[in-house]
Amino acid sequence: MSYLEYTVKSVPTGLRKILYLNWPLVLLLVAVAAFGFLMLYSVAGGGYSPWAEPQMKRFAMGLAVMIAVAMVPIWMWRNLAGLGYAVSLMLLVGVEFFGVVGMGAQRWIDLGFIRLQPSELTKITLVMFLAAYYDWLPAKKTSHPFWVLLPALIILVPTALVLTQPDLGTAILLLAAGGGLMFLAGVHWAYFATIIAAGVALVAAVFQSRGTPWQMLKDYQFRRIDTFLDPATDPLGAGYHITQSKIALGSGGWTGRGFMQGTQSRLNFLPEKHTDFIFTTLAEEFGFVGGMSLLVLYALIIVFCVISAVMNKDRFSSLLILGIALNFFLFFAVNMSMVMGLAPVVGVPLPLVSYGGSAMLVLMLAFGLVQSAHVHRPR
Amino acid sequence: MRRSRAETDANHAKLSRRAALLGGVQLLFIGGLAARLRYLQVDQADQFRLLAEENRINIRLIPPIRGEIFDRNGMQLAQNVPSYRIVMVREDAGDLDEVMARLARLIDLTPEQTTSALAELRRSAPFLPVTIAEDVSWDAVSAISVNAPALPGVAPEVGSTRVYPRGSDFAHVVGRVGRVSQADLDALEDPDAVLRIPRFQIGKINVEAREEDLLRGTAGTKQVEVNATGRVMRELERREGQSGADLQLTVDAKLQNYVQARLAGESAAVVIMDCTNGDILANSSAPSYDPNLFIGGISSRDYDPLLTDKYRPLVNKTVQGAYPPGSTFKMMTAMAAIEAGIIGPDETVYCPGHMEVGGRRFHCWKRSGHGWVDLETSLKVSCDVYYYDLALKVGIEKISALSNRFGLGVRHDLALSSVNSGLMATREWKLANRGEPWVIGDTVNASIGQGFMLASPMQLAVMTARLATGREVTPRLIKSINGIEEPVKGNASLDMSAANLSKMHRAMYAVVNDRRGTAYRSRIIADGMRMAGKTGTSQVRSVVVNNDEVPWEQRDHALFVGYAPYENPRYACAVLVEHGGGGSTAAAPIARDVMLQALYKGEPPLEAYPEGDRARIKAQQDALRDVEPQVRTKAGKDQA
Repeated sequence: MSYLEYTVKSVPTGLRKILYLNWPLVLLLVAVAAFGFLMLYSVAGGGYSPWAEPQMKRFAMGLAVMIAVAMVPIWMWRNLAGLGYAVSLMLLVGVEFFGVVGMGAQRWIDLGFIRLQPSELTKITLVMFLAAYYDWLPAKKTSHPFWVLLPALIILVPTALVLTQPDLGTAILLLAAGGGLMFLAGVHWAYFATIIAAGVALVAAVFQSRGTPWQMLKDYQFRRIDTFLDPATDPLGAGYHITQSKIALGSGGWTGRGFMQGTQSRLNFLPEKHTDFIFTTLAEEFGFVGGMSLLVLYALIIVFCVISAVMNKDRFSSLLILGIALNFFLFFAVNMSMVMGLAPVVGVPLPLVSYGGSAMLVLMLAFGLVQSAHVHRPR
Repeated sequence: MRRSRAETDANHAKLSRRAALLGGVQLLFIGGLAARLRYLQVDQADQFRLLAEENRINIRLIPPIRGEIFDRNGMQLAQNVPSYRIVMVREDAGDLDEVMARLARLIDLTPEQTTSALAELRRSAPFLPVTIAEDVSWDAVSAISVNAPALPGVAPEVGSTRVYPRGSDFAHVVGRVGRVSQADLDALEDPDAVLRIPRFQIGKINVEAREEDLLRGTAGTKQVEVNATGRVMRELERREGQSGADLQLTVDAKLQNYVQARLAGESAAVVIMDCTNGDILANSSAPSYDPNLFIGGISSRDYDPLLTDKYRPLVNKTVQGAYPPGSTFKMMTAMAAIEAGIIGPDETVYCPGHMEVGGRRFHCWKRSGHGWVDLETSLKVSCDVYYYDLALKVGIEKISALSNRFGLGVRHDLALSSVNSGLMATREWKLANRGEPWVIGDTVNASIGQGFMLASPMQLAVMTARLATGREVTPRLIKSINGIEEPVKGNASLDMSAANLSKMHRAMYAVVNDRRGTAYRSRIIADGMRMAGKTGTSQVRSVVVNNDEVPWEQRDHALFVGYAPYENPRYACAVLVEHGGGGSTAAAPIARDVMLQALYKGEPPLEAYPEGDRARIKAQQDALRDVEPQVRTKAGKDQA
């Protein structure tokens, strides 16, 4: 309950809180989303439907959600962290039974008004719960084996559930985000060295399992890895996505082919051009300049989050902001690596830019938490 | 659980350090992404832009328009006519089954056609037109156009198909086209890409096949922008191709039509050529067939009778057939002897009716013998012993060599399929091919065009033209290409003694015009039109038979070669009637009719015939006037 050690007298109250939002961060988010609107308009062949208009509405809704979340004091969110984590786990179990199968994996729960992807929600609730855990845990015990095992389990249980859906991409993201949070909380580096070594061994084991009865990944997951390693082997089959994406990027050049002039995306050579591969369209039509602009915006969001976290003396707030920023980073870093041919195609959308309601809403909720922490920071 | 401020600050300091570290790693990674982006977009831009262009630009071939074929007077022999097919596009059709049911009510579609079309529609890309019916009538096209609102996605498409308006008259000259088969592609070293166009047609036989390169033309190309599924978005550039060349043949369609009609009911072949330049005026092989049946695939109902007919309608007997020339070869034996100076044209040989050679008795066709005969008499009465005698004196090598100069045993370069080179046997040939030495009896047999000697009607016509003119007349089938006249080849002098040739002409004249000549009954009596020639009866079996008493397959082949007018040779002809019996009865009358038709460029006056024949000829002319070739018409097929 460290928060009570600080004075709370300068914390703003009521609607005045809006003035205390991290406005540069809000503007950055709007700028990134605007890139998304532009590209969704373009890939629809110059139309607000079917993608740009719903996306704008969702983003407006997301902004409202963000501000609403920001209005709620951060300590209340901290108190809800355990509940949020528990609900996420329940949903992840629920998706096993009631989930909708999409793209060969069970990932959705249809709640009627929104198709909820529990794994998305879990990214946030996991970070929240870990931040609350390390806020509660005395710093001295951070590296104690028992107190390391506990958060490790907190991470591994949802990760294992996500992996069974199966959604390898999100599972890795959860693992990375949770591990990152443990690192930030000050867990001894030797643990990480051990984990990485074990991870390398696991990867080796996974590849060894291929073709045996106890094969750990599905065939399509192996194929994705194969084609990532050498896309040229199957340019029209599984390597098609990566090859076409690289062609689109490369043909953009310095300044791109012009708005709505990208032949690769306009002529459907690009797969999933409105979701996972939207960055490719951006880079094809606006070139290196356009691609770099978005990358710089993303970098600035990370920088502003880190500054906000360092400035915040509340341990839960700092960890939460950094955890969410890390999640956000992992999102776009994996997506961009994928479209640039640096990572296998794992189906991770570009945050705030790709078309999609569930992911955007969860993300805006997370930034609401960041804003709440910012507004309610001890002064 | 309270913590000291110092402890909290220490914790926060550690968190900030780690936050800075992790933030730094993130920024480093972003820097790495930026570097990668720069590498792809700037350093490799040129290479990737090229790949993007290749991706979206597709080159499509525009099939060239095939050249058409005309006769020497400009009558069309092979033409391109628009053909209509009905196509359907799935994405425009909506309810496929319903639209197909409506279509089936409008035009004749078999249940198999509709089922297979529906299956193909469901299988192929939604925007690709699928052919429902091919080669449909104009009526069906109109019906579909009128009912267009009820038939979404259904459209008639215009293509081009080959039609042979002269049908069966020209199957053995013009030939036919057909779909490109795998065998066609395999036969070519570097097949033109245009051959891969679906439904593209290639010449299969005769002129269509032999002049394929001229007729086909070159394909045009259009560059189209396509999307990833292959849908054409727009046309970027178009380069027109080159239509195929139009060919004009030396053949006279009217004469050809008459000859085919005259040969009806026979298994026969006739070649008529212009002695002055080698132009083939008629190249008829009977029976014939309608090449239109083959366009777009022939049904076994149509094909089987053609295959099993014992008269072999699919065989072009004028150039593919090789027959013993029989007595028509006697001019060659005689020319070899008199040119070698072994015997004078006026010297006589005694014919007792047979000759003993190497312990074997060779008979003359007239067992009682012809007595003393010279060149003219021996040819006129077709005495065999005279030629046995000459051949033994001059030897087979000189006979074969001379007949080669007259166009026998050599392959004439004509734009027809499977042109046979015939055979003028020599000692070497027999040793190489039969493994046996030449015996004297072989020479005796060869002297009267039997034994190993084989010639096609085309070669016999060339021989006759060369005899008539003394020049190396070379057959020509292609008169002009795109209006540019083809040069007349050969025609150099054969360097034969003019006196000897003249004696030979005289003898051939006597064959037809002397009361004792074997073709006297087939003479022409019009002045300035008289014919000279030679009959031949070539044995199919070595035993002499009575033609009326044996089955058709064992009867002798009837032959006649001739030229006219005698004074100023213009046309040469060769007539072969397979298993027709005697040359004078089966072949010579045909020769006279077709020669007169050529000489008068149409129906000859009855006065050209001897008085006794006129009534019969009148009836024959009435029967043969305007006999139309078999041509399958559009309407006829739709009814079928």
